[in-house]
Amino acid sequence: MDRRDSIKSIMLGSIGVGVLFESCVNGVSNEEIKKTISKFQYGRTEKEKAYDKKLFSIQCFNKKEMKTITQLCNLILPPNEFGSIIDAEVPELIEFMAKDIPSYETTIKNGLSLLNQFSIKNYSKSFIDCNENQQKEFLDEMAYPDPDLSSSEQKEEVQWFSLMRNLTMTGYYTSKVGIKELGYVGNTPNVWDGVPKDVLDQYGLSYEKEWIDKCVDQSKRNETAVWDNDGNLLT
Amino acid sequence: MQIKENLKEYDVIIVGSGAGGGMATKILSEAGLSIAIVEAGPYFDPANPDQMTQMKWAYDSPRRGRGTTRPFGDFDQAYGGWDIEGEPYSQVGETQFRWFRSRMLGGRTNHWGRISLRFGPDDFRKKSIDGLGEDWPITYDDIKPYYDKVDKLIGVFGSKENLPNDPDGFFLPPPKPRLHEMFYIKGARKSNVKVMPSRLSILTKRINNERGVCFYCRQCARSCMAYADFSSGSCLIFPAQKSGGQIDMFVNSMVRSVTTNEEGKATGVSYINKDDKKEYKLKGKVVVLAASACSSARILLNSKSKQHPNGLGNSSDIVGKYLHDSTGGGRMAFIPDLMDRKIYNEDGVGGMHVYSPWWLDNKKLNFPRGYHIEVWGGMGAPSYGTGFNVNAFNKFFGIPVGGYGDVLRKDMRKYYGSLIGMDGRGESVAMKSNYCEIDPNQVDEYGVPTLRFNYKWTEHEVKQAEHMQNTFEEIIHNMGAIALGNKADKSSNFGLTKPGEIIHEVGTTRMGNDSKTSVVNEFEQLHDVSNVFVVDAGPFVSQADKNPTWTIMALAWRSSDYIIDQFKKQNF
Repeated sequence: MDRRDSIKSIMLGSIGVGVLFESCVNGVSNEEIKKTISKFQYGRTEKEKAYDKKLFSIQCFNKKEMKTITQLCNLILPPNEFGSIIDAEVPELIEFMAKDIPSYETTIKNGLSLLNQFSIKNYSKSFIDCNENQQKEFLDEMAYPDPDLSSSEQKEEVQWFSLMRNLTMTGYYTSKVGIKELGYVGNTPNVWDGVPKDVLDQYGLSYEKEWIDKCVDQSKRNETAVWDNDGNLLT
Repeated sequence: MQIKENLKEYDVIIVGSGAGGGMATKILSEAGLSIAIVEAGPYFDPANPDQMTQMKWAYDSPRRGRGTTRPFGDFDQAYGGWDIEGEPYSQVGETQFRWFRSRMLGGRTNHWGRISLRFGPDDFRKKSIDGLGEDWPITYDDIKPYYDKVDKLIGVFGSKENLPNDPDGFFLPPPKPRLHEMFYIKGARKSNVKVMPSRLSILTKRINNERGVCFYCRQCARSCMAYADFSSGSCLIFPAQKSGGQIDMFVNSMVRSVTTNEEGKATGVSYINKDDKKEYKLKGKVVVLAASACSSARILLNSKSKQHPNGLGNSSDIVGKYLHDSTGGGRMAFIPDLMDRKIYNEDGVGGMHVYSPWWLDNKKLNFPRGYHIEVWGGMGAPSYGTGFNVNAFNKFFGIPVGGYGDVLRKDMRKYYGSLIGMDGRGESVAMKSNYCEIDPNQVDEYGVPTLRFNYKWTEHEVKQAEHMQNTFEEIIHNMGAIALGNKADKSSNFGLTKPGEIIHEVGTTRMGNDSKTSVVNEFEQLHDVSNVFVVDAGPFVSQADKNPTWTIMALAWRSSDYIIDQFKKQNF
């Protein structure tokens, strides 16, 4: 199989349920499974708990693959003062998603092995053993999709790298450190009372009196609603 | 097979605990009637920490919230979806109907958008207006007192607008518009599309001491631990229990059929306990079906007997017919003005603060029914998918897309919160040829025969979807935004959603005065069997361009009053 075909089979190859996890490495210890489960408390049903447990009990990527993934993610999003992809547990997320979305397993594994094929061909060593400049040479080949083509029309290795970039970015920006870096300040009880004045000013916007007169007066939010017979709020 | 029979005879057995079942439970139990609720899913209380997803962060989930097991994401409070393992359904021909079920106490009311719109006077007489479908046997004036009562009992924010077909109610005050919503207002007005505060059943103000007030986390889809949004458990069933109602709850119990006697009257229900997979029977003087339009039709069709050979209440052969869902269409856009915007908390309530009711006259258009526009966007909480294609909008500026390294951080920050979306939700025309029926070849894992669907959109819906796409494009242009993706065209039915996808399926047991052309009367009572009622969206004759929940509850309350009256007259 030539390179192009092999990547094609990576990208198109979604595996059937029958061979699901075939190449995943089993044998995560019960202790570790328990520890992982207790980390994620998010209101699961019994069925969902069992599904998560099943995935936690499988190790999909071997140590070398995990090391390659980690280095790749670090190049995609290098550490800064807020944190790193390690703090954000991006490699763990990729490991989990490769089981949660079964087609990812083969896709990601084959992409990793291809990366090593490139590096062995060019530098006679595997990707993680190359220095950073050498590693970036490979990335430069894959990191820039053609803006005029749809994602499925991109070269296969470009598609693979886009997937890794997406997983890295979403992993980082949905983590504690990433959310802090982004500056998202919601998901907390508050009394929302409109767009801040300086923001309205920035856009040359203002609330119209007629509209705002209909809106909630937050100082009265705890007064029990009472209406007259025509539906006019009295409180 | 041994069937276990419960010796107690209830006054009323209510099948399903969503909007209709919850309302029937509250009204009937408060009248002193003994009630059995039979629910196919587990017990659910939004305040139960073991079930709660509200205020969780993406990183509390190992998949960062992705919708692997729940179609709207890990934190959405609907146990189920369009596809449920062990509970299949099938399609006839090219039908692509999608049937969403939520198996839990409170059903789909735990996760819905809380868009709480009254039908207007015209919505009950569409045949008189455009000659299509059928008029309802009731008018707006018949249902108005019940809409008023639902507003006051449950709470809905909105504003007085004096529109002829979008009646005002007893509103709590709405929240102020968000920034992207102000861009929408600007664009829509330039296109002569009316915009007004949205109408959602979320408490922006206290309505009683049992329920909390909204604390603006934008997570109503996760069901509110403070009971500050409407869900059937928190607002109807739990209060009914608290006020001393005689209510027995049978959860994880899948109703197979309504049982009947020699005279053809209902005697109760038979159900499968999902835990032991055994069949049980409950006795009741009255059976109220509130299992959702398609589930109630399925139960009726599966309730065949010597007296009801075509299924219960189906002498007309209308059960399952006239199934219809809302139409749907949407478009996303990028607002360049919102690049690198200041970040502040703009969560707000769970849903839009502004929307556009239907604003045109169909007499001047090439399709018969209207749609409203919902708006979304802004600085939402990061979850799985955030950061995907982080700098795809670079292409609008001729800058390279993709890359790696610190530049991605800047791109993430630059484009965060610059997206806006519009969704049209419209009225379809109810067709007799769109229906669900029992699949003779399939049963679910409990041995209950399943449904199969026959559904085809008509030209009316396709033309409406085309109009939506043109409207979205114009509004996007007028707000200074850039439309994303290609405009949906004829090859994709102009982006029209598949039937069932909007999860407003109604009409399968439609009401009417003529027992030959309808299944229930105006009190949602089967024409054929006086002690069986259907109080979900099955009895809808047409569903308007309004979301169905508020009308389900107003009708369920009206029918419950009728049931109480019939009990008083000793008719059961």
